[in-house]
Amino acid sequence: MESLDVDDQNVSRIIHCCMCGLDIEPNPSNMCVGCLRNQVNITEGIAEQATLYFCRGCERYLQPPQEWIHCALESRELLSLCLKKLKGLNRLKLVDAGFVWTEPHSKRIKVKLVVHGEVMGAVLQKEFVVVYTISHQMCDECHRTEAKDFWKALVQVRQRAENKKTFYYLEQLILKYKAHENSLGIKPIHGGLDFYYATEAHAKKMVDFLSTVLPCKYQHSKKLISQDIHSNVYNYKFTYCVEIVPISKDSVVCLPKKFTQSLGGISPVCLVYRVTNSLHLIDPSTGQIAEVNSTNYYRSPFNAICNPKQLVEFIVMDIEPIMDKDRKIFPGQGSISNRHVLADVWLVKASELGINDTTVHAKTHLGHVLKVGDSVLGYNIQDSNINDSNFDKLDSTNIADVILVRKYFGDRAAKKRQRIWKLKRLAEEDTGSIDGNDFNEFMDDLEEDPELRKNVNIFKNKATTIPVDLYDSNYDANTPRITLEEMLDDLDVNDVEMAE
Amino acid sequence: MAVRTNFESKDEIGVFAKLTNAYCLASIGGSEIFYSTFEAELGDSIPVVHASLAGCRIIGRMCVGNRKGLLVPSSTFDQELQHLRNALPDSVKVQRIEERLSALGNVITCNDYVALVHPDLDRETEEIISDTLGVEVFRHTIAGNVLVGSYCVLNNRGALVHPNTSIVDQEELSSLLQVPLVAGTVNQGSSLVGAGVVVNDWCAFTGMDTTATELAVLESVFRLNEAEPSKIAQEMRASLIEGMS
Repeated sequence: MESLDVDDQNVSRIIHCCMCGLDIEPNPSNMCVGCLRNQVNITEGIAEQATLYFCRGCERYLQPPQEWIHCALESRELLSLCLKKLKGLNRLKLVDAGFVWTEPHSKRIKVKLVVHGEVMGAVLQKEFVVVYTISHQMCDECHRTEAKDFWKALVQVRQRAENKKTFYYLEQLILKYKAHENSLGIKPIHGGLDFYYATEAHAKKMVDFLSTVLPCKYQHSKKLISQDIHSNVYNYKFTYCVEIVPISKDSVVCLPKKFTQSLGGISPVCLVYRVTNSLHLIDPSTGQIAEVNSTNYYRSPFNAICNPKQLVEFIVMDIEPIMDKDRKIFPGQGSISNRHVLADVWLVKASELGINDTTVHAKTHLGHVLKVGDSVLGYNIQDSNINDSNFDKLDSTNIADVILVRKYFGDRAAKKRQRIWKLKRLAEEDTGSIDGNDFNEFMDDLEEDPELRKNVNIFKNKATTIPVDLYDSNYDANTPRITLEEMLDDLDVNDVEMAE
Repeated sequence: MAVRTNFESKDEIGVFAKLTNAYCLASIGGSEIFYSTFEAELGDSIPVVHASLAGCRIIGRMCVGNRKGLLVPSSTFDQELQHLRNALPDSVKVQRIEERLSALGNVITCNDYVALVHPDLDRETEEIISDTLGVEVFRHTIAGNVLVGSYCVLNNRGALVHPNTSIVDQEELSSLLQVPLVAGTVNQGSSLVGAGVVVNDWCAFTGMDTTATELAVLESVFRLNEAEPSKIAQEMRASLIEGMS
């Protein structure tokens, strides 16, 4: 039995290799390494060719099962992707892997691998090249884009009016409250904006936002794209069409007679002095104010009879505030504005100053800002050609000749030059020359109305410098300005902190 | 002379055949090719016999024998035993032995003069071996393996042992068996030499996988090239005359 235990490792054993007859130490295969390598293919079962899927649209490679990743040619990422494609590699020990150069457009990637494999106790090394063929497959995203199928819900915001100030205000509101965050894309369309969303819920959220900040109504529609009746799955595209009340700040409207009664006997010809989620109207002759929300508006719609394009500049020749005691008060009258001062003004058109001495009388709510010699913008109702069914029904003797809208602070272009702030836009490409003037007017309004500014993010404009010289000939202390405290610093990637 | 063959595509022909200097047993298989190979090589000189033991085909592993006798396990049927007694020459004693280790081919290997046996074999069996086969019996192991029949093949001129057998062990065995000895493989690196090859003094049969190198080793260690039945008879005569004189 002793012999059983005698298995000393040091004992020399020599046999002939069973293939070539070389003298070797016995091993499990009883072959020399050379013969073993010839006899056994350790890379058996590993494909010498494989396919990589590449999306031409977004230039990404498919990482099975679902993921698409960006990787450059001969990059580490691509190598790991290639290695993952090889099945059966886990049996072996991968020692080295690298790319063999191929033409970039050859649609072939060659990877040279060195593997160690253990066969019957002997470790064999083998070097081999795997050729990857790049074939094209569109990724899901590109496929949807290509099929024009990348959005599920669309919110169309429209304002069918000449005066688009409400729209600019909305744009700033959206920016301030980041209501556009979930949108896939924003497309300026004639008469409005289109917001695209991936889910209906996002679109609904946008619609809810719009209806809280502006007077508007919306319609909802859906279009069946595909269906699976077996699993009861229906694929729809949803469209919300949001229509903003087509009336903006500084327009003059003519209300239907019935409607004026429900608004506390306000005069039919009113000025829109503010737009929030309702229209704020003021009767310039009495200072009576009224609010019209979207429900009321769409129950008895009315139109603007004068738009800011028709504003004419007048010079105040004389002004007399009207005392409260002189006002006509009747029972059932709506509320009267405390913030405006009613006044009688006598005006001359700025274009006729010095030519025509006859003054035009008007009652205005701007008594608190006007003084003799000021320029003021107003509508010359008498001279304008108004096509409005409500207006035609009015008794022409009761209609004011001139309706003053706001004080005029002089040269627009000079003001524009002095402006040291700017606004963000949703669609940058849309800020072309077409609406350039309208937008400038909107910016003027912002300067003049602090109430309006509350919901708007104003950014410092680095391009223009703050005027230091207060005695500059262009500088006018009376001009309304936005103070620096109200402005925000814009994000600048190349600023001092980032440069370091 | 070494011949490659296989039994129903199995290369372990040592399992299915028993070859001695006086007879050859071949298992009953589905096709006669296996038998025919032996018949073609040996038919002139010794009887080639179809056989089964206890209804099994693995006769090479179940029995052990040499020129003088044949030992079969106790499970052998009477009919089979009778058939063997009828088929084999009268000089061959066929003996059934009661042995716990019934795969006699695995635990015993022998030539005409000497036998290596499993260390745990019964003493009675050992006696029967030496009586029936007329051999000197040694209990031994091959490279730590007790199954000497599986890992060692010998004829009267040489022996092939398990490849892991150390040089020292080889020398010891060689002095025990009184024949030159080599460590080697059959069937392309298989260390089960007992199963891969059957050999007598002038002929060897190996599995189909056996490489040319392995064949060369076999032929040289068993000295098959210089061995022909007539030549052996001459040699024997010479030695006999020498012994008598």
